Amino acid sequence: MIPAAFEYVRADSVDAALSALTEYGDEAKLLAGGHSLLPLMKLRLAAPSVLVDVGRLDDLRYINDAGDYIAIGALTRHRDLETSSLLASAAPLLAHAAGHVGDPQVRHRGTIGGSLAHADPASDLPAVALAMGATIVATGPNGTREIAASEFYTGFLESALAPDELLTEIRIPKLDTQGWSFQKFNRRAQDWAIVGVATVRANGSTGVGLVNMGSTPLLASAVMDAVKSGANAADAAALANEGTEAQSDINASSEYREHLARVLVRRSLEESGLS
Amino acid sequence: MKITVTVNGVERSGDVEPRTLLVHFLRDELDLTGTNIGCDTSSCGACTIHVEGQSAKSCTMLAAQADGLELTTIEGLANGDILHPMQRCFQENHGLQCGYCTPGMVMAAISLLDENPNPSETDVRIGLEGNLCRCTGYHNIVKSVLACAAESNGASK
Repeated sequence: MIPAAFEYVRADSVDAALSALTEYGDEAKLLAGGHSLLPLMKLRLAAPSVLVDVGRLDDLRYINDAGDYIAIGALTRHRDLETSSLLASAAPLLAHAAGHVGDPQVRHRGTIGGSLAHADPASDLPAVALAMGATIVATGPNGTREIAASEFYTGFLESALAPDELLTEIRIPKLDTQGWSFQKFNRRAQDWAIVGVATVRANGSTGVGLVNMGSTPLLASAVMDAVKSGANAADAAALANEGTEAQSDINASSEYREHLARVLVRRSLEESGLS
Repeated sequence: MKITVTVNGVERSGDVEPRTLLVHFLRDELDLTGTNIGCDTSSCGACTIHVEGQSAKSCTMLAAQADGLELTTIEGLANGDILHPMQRCFQENHGLQCGYCTPGMVMAAISLLDENPNPSETDVRIGLEGNLCRCTGYHNIVKSVLACAAESNGASK
């Protein structure tokens, strides 16, 4: 399988990437590690006429302690997240979940920025970003702006990024984590989750993100509200499919996904210490 | 577009379309046909090579993305007639049946031991999650990787 023909532009700086986006507009797609976009292009489900390769922007590959939050450069690879000692102590949910994206070969190339910007509801890291209350930093021709993860996902494979913006940084708040859990249900180790759940209990509240339960990555708001009101794990988890719109596909019916969501949310809440 | 890569220590150039996949460049332009194409959907791992020393699926990279980088393919492992220890361990432990997945398995296994030189059997099975063997010959593949790890750690053969 070979992608449709396109023009290839390698950006050697953020400014060069932004110029290319301004020049080519809607025709252009950004290429980071390529492990979400290239498979779609090979299947001809995506056929951008210009690819702007930002994969060499090594100055966007970092994990830094920025005081109140951990700053992660968009080009940081899953393997970097998985093996970061800073994340292991400050954001263990993210480090752990990154270690379950795809397989080792995918984690060597795929990036957190690419994964979040691709906005695939079946990807693991968007649900983690939602659960942790991450902030996404977008850089455009007029400077940078911050977007809350909860405002970032606008539709299937669509985000709040403007066509001329580049996702440059992810900010993970430093939480006083009491417990966390990542549940990924699939049939083969390397597959996308049929359903996944990311939970973090910290600073007196509980964040629960859902993988593959609708057209966008979702927060399990009903579950979070119930926990806040004092519900136990079983009662809160019974609300896991509220507000979701799970699809039926070759892997599972929507009813089965809803069942999985309730089971996995319960396991996730219990593993993160809620009785 | 013109690209230059260092493959198995040798600088190689070629003229490719931007959409040329790295595995096609290796096989069709550079005649390095040891890297196989299996599923072509980044699931099976048959096309695994090393990019800058780490395992990667060459069916899910553009040749253009590899421009200027160091690549190692299965052809780059042996030193003349002397097999790389991982290749020898696959041979000695019957770590292959039809052999189609073997180049990718060997490349993934070397990358695995680079990152975890002393893996448990579970570590090896999880570490090779990106590689499929249609013969289902996993038992001896895992045995081969464990034998190679033990050998490099100085244990008796």
